[in-house]
Amino acid sequence: MKALVAIKRVLDYNVKARPNDQGDAVELANCKMSMNPFCEIAVEEAIRLKTKGAIDEVIVVSIGSAKCEEQIRSALALGADRGIHVQTDVDLSSLSVAKVLKQVAQNEGADIVLLGKQAIDSDNNQTGQMLAALMDCAQFTFASEVNIDGQNVEVTREVDTGSETLKGQVPVVITTDLRLNKPRFAKLPDIMKAKKKPLEKMTLSEFGVDESSTVSVLEVMAPAKRSAGVKVADVDELINKLKNEAKVIA
Amino acid sequence: MSTLVIADVQQGKLDGATAKLISAVQKISGEVHLLVVSFNENALTQAKGLSGLDKIIGVTHVGFEHPTAEIMAPLIVSVASEYSHIVANTSTQGKNLLPRVAALLDTQQVSDVIEIISDDTFKRSFYAGNVIAKVQVSSAKKILTIRATVFNPVAAGSCDDVKILDYEPGESKVSFVSAQISESTRPELTSASIVISGGRGLQNGENFVLLEKVADKLGAAIGASRAAVDAGFVSNDLQVGQTGKIVAPDLYIAVGISGAIQHLAGMKDSKVIVAINKDPDAPIFQVADYGLVADLFDVLPELESKL
Ligand SMILES: Cc1cc2nc3c(=O)[nH]c(=O)nc-3n(C[C@H](O)[C@H](O)[C@H](O)COP(=O)(O)OP(=O)(O)OC[C@H]3O[C@@H](n4cnc5c(N)ncnc54)[C@H](O)[C@@H]3O)c2cc1C
Ligand SMILES: Nc1ncnc2c1ncn2[C@@H]1O[C@H](COP(=O)(O)O)[C@@H](O)[C@H]1O
Repeated sequence: MKALVAIKRVLDYNVKARPNDQGDAVELANCKMSMNPFCEIAVEEAIRLKTKGAIDEVIVVSIGSAKCEEQIRSALALGADRGIHVQTDVDLSSLSVAKVLKQVAQNEGADIVLLGKQAIDSDNNQTGQMLAALMDCAQFTFASEVNIDGQNVEVTREVDTGSETLKGQVPVVITTDLRLNKPRFAKLPDIMKAKKKPLEKMTLSEFGVDESSTVSVLEVMAPAKRSAGVKVADVDELINKLKNEAKVIA
Repeated sequence: MSTLVIADVQQGKLDGATAKLISAVQKISGEVHLLVVSFNENALTQAKGLSGLDKIIGVTHVGFEHPTAEIMAPLIVSVASEYSHIVANTSTQGKNLLPRVAALLDTQQVSDVIEIISDDTFKRSFYAGNVIAKVQVSSAKKILTIRATVFNPVAAGSCDDVKILDYEPGESKVSFVSAQISESTRPELTSASIVISGGRGLQNGENFVLLEKVADKLGAAIGASRAAVDAGFVSNDLQVGQTGKIVAPDLYIAVGISGAIQHLAGMKDSKVIVAINKDPDAPIFQVADYGLVADLFDVLPELESKL
């Protein structure tokens, strides 16, 4: 059994995004970039499944600029076996990413594809579901627990009303939620070893997937700023303000 | 062409977000149709009492007791040709389902729409709500998840044009094992007019009782930060934030929550924000209308007795 893990290079979660001066894109110059936190959880889960013997090989794939190699190397340092880098400087739509991933999954004969539930830059929350549609297979989104027994996959997923458990058979697509696991940190010797692990370079043109998007960004803006509030001295003043000034409680 | 709104149905009942979705799409030209898929008639009956609809399409079949994306997506694709717009709520149901539909229709999706400007132009939130993008969609079909919480619901009304679709769900690739549903007598988090949330500052799950007592006085829903959920103080469906639930109540009270950007993403559109935190420099105070720098273990009992 093989697991394919899709990882995305994104603006680090500690950095507060803001529009650029032209107001047509998000300012990314000189900003810290990292692996999407949900993808770290996906990598971690794949490594744990391998440790448990549920799968034999963990392949990571990232689609993006030359710099994505950093994130692929981090995943290799954490324990993934090999990497695939599909190079493009275009910021692809989730649909196009899913089309590329479908071909990679097919080429590699992946039984399980793990993705983050959402990229914290696009906040799209689409790619895994789209990939499952294209692969015509089961999708387990927002996973908080994954159990694999041979070909059988059982996943507990987080939903608005609590959680639910579903089961199916490989091939499956799983997208990770925050509580699935706590990703480990890479150790220095593993970072060194990762430099020697295989990393295959491909270009987007090899996949025949459309680079263009039917969604064009007309303008990028900051949300309305809240006007600065006041500090109240005590509970009495707070209740008084809420009753008589804001009028939100009776 | 018309707009198809996919109703959020939870355990056979129509979720309150549906009325907000219907109001959100009124700006789009053409008719508004609501698709109600359930295993019983309850949701359909509720839908007939809403205004703003030109038609309701009802599918009732026991096979939809657990409406997984695998069985729902082909149904929506089968009626899709009649529609210029297909929309669903930014709920776990909508987020799970709609991208699968979009891919089957070979169409991109716009997620988390917060404003409809015209038939093809929308505003959406991304980067944890720190940036808003105005986007224009050129595909023939527009597929959108809409953040229902930012829209007001349509009023009660009536829609008598109901078309019952005889549809049998296909063989599913997944099967249902069990559900763990959080039961609560409190108002639902995303539709409550007052929300009181607790963070790591509450220290443990037992201390949430202090918050619950205040919530009972206010008729409020309870929310939590990720740190509180991660530490197991409360269940995951209470998480407010970029990756949890997005709320916009009249009053949001954050107790023992520092105000990380991911948390703010889920509550900064609330009308009035109160922050109770012992650290005067906590970032939550930058978005709070009323800030109280104090120990929550003193404040909560006092609030409960004085409200
Ligand atoms: C990918 C990703 C997604 C995330 N998504 C979310 C999300 O959806 N929602 C979310 O909330 N977080 C999310 N987070 C986590 C977020 O970054 C913060 O870690 C989290 O919000 C912190 O929770 P907190 O404010 O409860 O805890 P802390 O940051 O630890 O703050 C606790 C606060 O309590 C105060 N306090 C302590 N004791 C008392 C007392 N006795 N009286 C008064 N005040 C007291 C402290 O001063 C402090 O400000 C996400 C993070 C990542 C990486
Ligand atoms: N460019 C990319 N390269 C690799 N994986 C990606 C890429 N874009 C999205 N993904 C995967 O899809 C998940 C969800 O992304 P999104 O649908 O854009 O929110 C991410 O967490 C990744 O696992």
